[in-house]
Amino acid sequence: MTSELDIFVGNTTLIDEDVYRLWLDGYSVSDAVALRVRSGILEQTGATAAVLQSDTMDHYRTFHMLERLLHAPPKLLHQLIFQIPPSRQALLIERYYAFDEAFVREVLGKKLSKGTKKDLDDISTKTGITLKSCRRQFDNFKRVFKVVEEMRGSLVDNIQQHFLLSDRLARDYAAIVFFANNRFETGKKKLQYLSFGDFAFCAELMIQNWTLGAVDSQVDDMDMDLDKEFLQDLKELKVLVADKDLLDLHKSLVCTALRGKLGVFSEMEANFKNLSRGLVNVAAKLTHTKDVRDLFVDLVEKFIEPCRSDHWPLNDVRLFLNQYSASVHSLDGFRHQALWDRYMGTLRGCLLRLYHD
Amino acid sequence: MPGKLKVKIVAGRHLPVMDRASDLTDAFVEVKFGNTTFKTDVCLKSLNPQWNSEWFKFEVDDEDLQDEPLQITVLDHDTYSANDAIGKVYIDIDPLLYSEAATVISGWFPIYDTIHGIRGEINVVVKVDLFNDLNRFRQSSCGVKFFCTTSIPKCYRAVIIHGFVEELVVNEDPEYQWIDRIRTPRASNEARQRLISLMSGELQRKIGLKVLEMRGNAVVGYLQCFDLEGESGLVVRAIGTACTLDKLSSPAAFLPACNSPSKEMKEIPFNEDPNPNTHSSGPSTPLKNQTYSFSPSKSYSRQSSSSDTDLSLTPKTGMGSGSAGKEGGPFKALLRQQTQSALEQREFPFFTLTAFPPGFLVHVGGVVSARSVKLLDRIHNPDEPETRDAWWAEIRQEIKSHAKALGCHAVVGYSESTSICEEVCILSASGTAAVLNPRFLQDGTVEGCLEQRLEENLPAGCGFCHIPYDELNMPFPAHLTHCYNCRKQKVPDVLFTTIDLPVDATVIGKGCLIQARLCRLKKKAQAEANATAISNLLPFMEYEVHTQLMNKLKLKGMNALFGLRIQISVGENMLMGLASATGVYLAALPTPGGIQIAGKTPNDGSYEQHISHMQKKINDTIAKNKELYEINPPEMSEEIIGSPIPEPRQRSRLLRSQSESSDEVAELDLSHGKKDAFVLEIDDTDAMEDVHSLLTDVPPPSGFYSCNTEIMPGINNWTSEIQMFTSVRVIRLSSLNLTNQALNKNFNDLCENLLKSLYFKLRSMIPCCLCHVNFTVSLPEDELIQVTVTAVAITFDKNQALQTAKTHAEKSLQRASTDNEELLQFPLELCSDSLPSHPFPPAKGWSKHLESASSNSGIPAAQRAVTVEKASPVGEGNFRNRSSPPCANSTVGVVKMTPLSFIPGAKITKYLGIINMFFIRETTSLREEGGVSGFLHAFIAEVFAMVRAHVAALGGNAVVSYIMKQCVFMENPNKNQAQCLINVSGDAVVFVRESELEVVSTQQPTANCQPACAGGEVTT
Repeated sequence: MTSELDIFVGNTTLIDEDVYRLWLDGYSVSDAVALRVRSGILEQTGATAAVLQSDTMDHYRTFHMLERLLHAPPKLLHQLIFQIPPSRQALLIERYYAFDEAFVREVLGKKLSKGTKKDLDDISTKTGITLKSCRRQFDNFKRVFKVVEEMRGSLVDNIQQHFLLSDRLARDYAAIVFFANNRFETGKKKLQYLSFGDFAFCAELMIQNWTLGAVDSQVDDMDMDLDKEFLQDLKELKVLVADKDLLDLHKSLVCTALRGKLGVFSEMEANFKNLSRGLVNVAAKLTHTKDVRDLFVDLVEKFIEPCRSDHWPLNDVRLFLNQYSASVHSLDGFRHQALWDRYMGTLRGCLLRLYHD
Repeated sequence: MPGKLKVKIVAGRHLPVMDRASDLTDAFVEVKFGNTTFKTDVCLKSLNPQWNSEWFKFEVDDEDLQDEPLQITVLDHDTYSANDAIGKVYIDIDPLLYSEAATVISGWFPIYDTIHGIRGEINVVVKVDLFNDLNRFRQSSCGVKFFCTTSIPKCYRAVIIHGFVEELVVNEDPEYQWIDRIRTPRASNEARQRLISLMSGELQRKIGLKVLEMRGNAVVGYLQCFDLEGESGLVVRAIGTACTLDKLSSPAAFLPACNSPSKEMKEIPFNEDPNPNTHSSGPSTPLKNQTYSFSPSKSYSRQSSSSDTDLSLTPKTGMGSGSAGKEGGPFKALLRQQTQSALEQREFPFFTLTAFPPGFLVHVGGVVSARSVKLLDRIHNPDEPETRDAWWAEIRQEIKSHAKALGCHAVVGYSESTSICEEVCILSASGTAAVLNPRFLQDGTVEGCLEQRLEENLPAGCGFCHIPYDELNMPFPAHLTHCYNCRKQKVPDVLFTTIDLPVDATVIGKGCLIQARLCRLKKKAQAEANATAISNLLPFMEYEVHTQLMNKLKLKGMNALFGLRIQISVGENMLMGLASATGVYLAALPTPGGIQIAGKTPNDGSYEQHISHMQKKINDTIAKNKELYEINPPEMSEEIIGSPIPEPRQRSRLLRSQSESSDEVAELDLSHGKKDAFVLEIDDTDAMEDVHSLLTDVPPPSGFYSCNTEIMPGINNWTSEIQMFTSVRVIRLSSLNLTNQALNKNFNDLCENLLKSLYFKLRSMIPCCLCHVNFTVSLPEDELIQVTVTAVAITFDKNQALQTAKTHAEKSLQRASTDNEELLQFPLELCSDSLPSHPFPPAKGWSKHLESASSNSGIPAAQRAVTVEKASPVGEGNFRNRSSPPCANSTVGVVKMTPLSFIPGAKITKYLGIINMFFIRETTSLREEGGVSGFLHAFIAEVFAMVRAHVAALGGNAVVSYIMKQCVFMENPNKNQAQCLINVSGDAVVFVRESELEVVSTQQPTANCQPACAGGEVTT
């Protein structure tokens, strides 16, 4: 006796969250059954392995049919074939677009191209995430990217509107799209200690302040591309380190203000010129696409690592960066106050986030 | 020109890409009705076209309006080659033809293609203007309402229940026409879909005409089926119960209405033959012999000569049965005569209803069934489907005679079915013999003192169990005792019925699903030899199915079966029998004895030990089941019940006591000899197997109950969470071990595993009950068995379940005293709907409603009068009805589907019309669509979607009495092909949640009843 055909169709589509997770994680039916058996479900329900097999197959088939709709979530809402309560629809979409931290760190900032897709086997081996799941996550990134590129308006809003994601997840996707578009290097060994959250945080700040959208909300890709004019202007900041008087004045202003407040005052005083040069040079280099990509490598090399080697506490870093930014306003010879604020405001936020072990 | 059909094509969405080059589609729409076709403009390069067409107007006869479906075809425009069809939508416009149903059909319909499935959606608006007085047109029957529900629909009252209507139409199956060799599968499928749609329209119209002839206005329990006879043609047949219904919500319209039926009543030509197509009339034996005499040539009727002699005795029994009653004897006799006279003039006193207005069902005799094996031949003249009509007439006659043998003049819970394999066809009919109260059959409005007094005399909760036949002249041997409830009348020891459990029946504990499963191998044979072989096997199968049912019932410690449905399916090399029913413990019937097993060789010690071990296991199982189903009847000593009836008891020693009393059993008694029903004799390994299989049935996991009736006895607090589902399994038998035993085991495992899977899948709904579990078995190919299950899972509140029915009733009464009229009726109705053990003492239903309604002093006199007349078990206030639409609108989107006639926690406010849909799906890329499972899974999901879309377009939010009547699946994996035909039906309704009702009632309380409204606000 063999089962030729075995199906269950409910008027309301049954969604088993546990099986959905197994499916999303890319397990085959037999692996999923084995995992479910291990979870002790047979003992809890008194079911047999055959029942579990049939149930798993059914759910997998349903998910397979739903997958086509999940590629364009608004379709899932309007389609008539599966009757699914709105809360469940939201869950299906949210989980489908959720991604693994380990995976996203591997592809963040990479071009979402066929080439990268070929590397997914390696990523799968490295992260222990099934190839199937890697493909789904990669395709999700790519799909979102394709839909929202060349679109007008806020990136997060666009993603939310076209993929019906939660605010949190839409922001994450905005970061992924932003990184993929600007190809920021995140894979260097030096950057391994950073989490996706760190990068997403920086991406959000950069989108808010450094993109076209920060000045004009009526252009295509306003949140994806950095404001070229702004990057050009950043060269003007060079004067802060090139002009020796200005540099000394800046240093004395900061040192006066922070004397007695900083645990690492002497180290700061000794390193001030190096640090300032680092930060300003990063700005000045951003005209070249290549250097834009290395932004995070540079920040870590030029600022984070020197501070960390001197064991600056986070609070001291904050006090220093605040004072360092603010003191520029008292430099009479410096004319690019607004530019400085736009640059430093974002950079300060990023650095503080990136400064950890 | 009595009707103008208007159609507007608004827009499309999610269309498939038809032009690979542009990834877009140039779509336009053809709207066809009858022979007229309109086209929209082409909407270039869009997957979401906005046509916003003008109104396409069709001027048509109302006959066509009833027969023809509206056909909408979406196409992709192609300048150089032929336009490609994207898909079609068939819209049945019947619901627009009667005033109380839908007024407009408007919404998104899935665009369906028989090869590709659903391909996008189209938004359509359809309206109908009817011009003339419809009654003048006899060819059409516009205005007759159809309900699939097998009880009086919730917002109606039955004025008269006229009786049985049937009709069948035949045609050539397009799939088998010569042209099919040269046309595409798509064209062939569409021709078939269209033809069946046309035929069901025609059938419905013809049935409607018969109803009008009977002066009815509705068909309840409408069941339409297709027989795919292959080469010999396509038969569409339908049965139903003609009624005159009154809408409960319009008191103004009610008063004149209540006069007219009584006037009409006198004019009603009861003797008028409701079935002009059939030549037979009246239950005369000569006719029977006549049919029998010509049958050997072509038809293999299963009836044996012994049954014929049995039947010839029956009129005597029927007439003499009036003496059975002691209490209220004269009234009863009078009633009997009345009923008889009303019923005897009908050709077939059959009712497809399974639940009845209170007081309608007086006594139940038992299950009657008949089967006959026929050889199919080509239908030569589709306009004269005489052969098929004659076949059914023959079977119905047999049923009628059996009912008479049981002292009953009516058959309720009646249904018909067929099973076809190649050119052999088994026709089956079954029902429950019953004695009915004539009131509803003639005139529902006259409530003379006679009826009133009768009703008071009828014992509550047990009346229907009392035997309708004469105990001295019993049609079959039965073990009678005095009723355990009223202790006055006689009752049988077990009762088998095809109806739902009457709401007033007193039940102890909970019920459960009981199934008997059986396979029999049969030699492959051709034509007549094959038919003979099947005919010979049938009696043994029926006998074994009954024995299995009886044993399983005893094992559960129960004494009655409801909703019994025995299905015998025929295949190439085997027959399958599957009986499903809901077992209960009726308080009126005696406690069932245990099961005793006896060995043949009592001297063998080890054997003896084995037997006693088995016996112990059986006893343990019975005890466990009693606990599980909470069966603890009050202890009652024999003396209290009254002296046992000595004579029948003695007889029962000699004869098998089998009170389900269908004819087969009566026939088979001889062969069964002198065994006691409760003794299982183990004389060979087969018998051993049987006992083992009895014990292998596993009870559902805790928290689960199941039944195949509408409501589960003993559970009354349903929550609103329901899940309807269809599950299909096909197994392939390995041809090596094909013995009866192995087959039985395979089949048993298949059903048990299927149930286990259902319990597992629905575990999140615990505590929950699977209601209306409907199994169908078919044998699509040599070694394939297909089982299809449709049921609904309903969650219930465990805590409230502990409350007794009594407190529930008290609560509702308390509320009633403070509530206004509408709110009063509501809890009452709840009780009668969902409480199997009715809270009220004896005379309930009708008269009780009157009492409680009139005792409410808050109601003004005039209004009370209306209430009194309107009060019925499904009483409903007009107030709620009027305010329902805004509520209904808020829930549009989700469409509930259920095989039940009600929706728990909600009130049905409007019936929008019948849904009857037929779909074919075919694929030539089976593997690519996920194999057979993927293919069928997608198709069933699509069918659900199309049903929901049609209901939503009618303005409804649920389908009740939903049934999947056919699911024919054929595959050819070698060719990578599969085809499936599905036929579903149900009633589209609008329901309103109870919680919403109460909100509404506080919002506009003064609209309808000024003085009593204050109370309503207090309670909500």
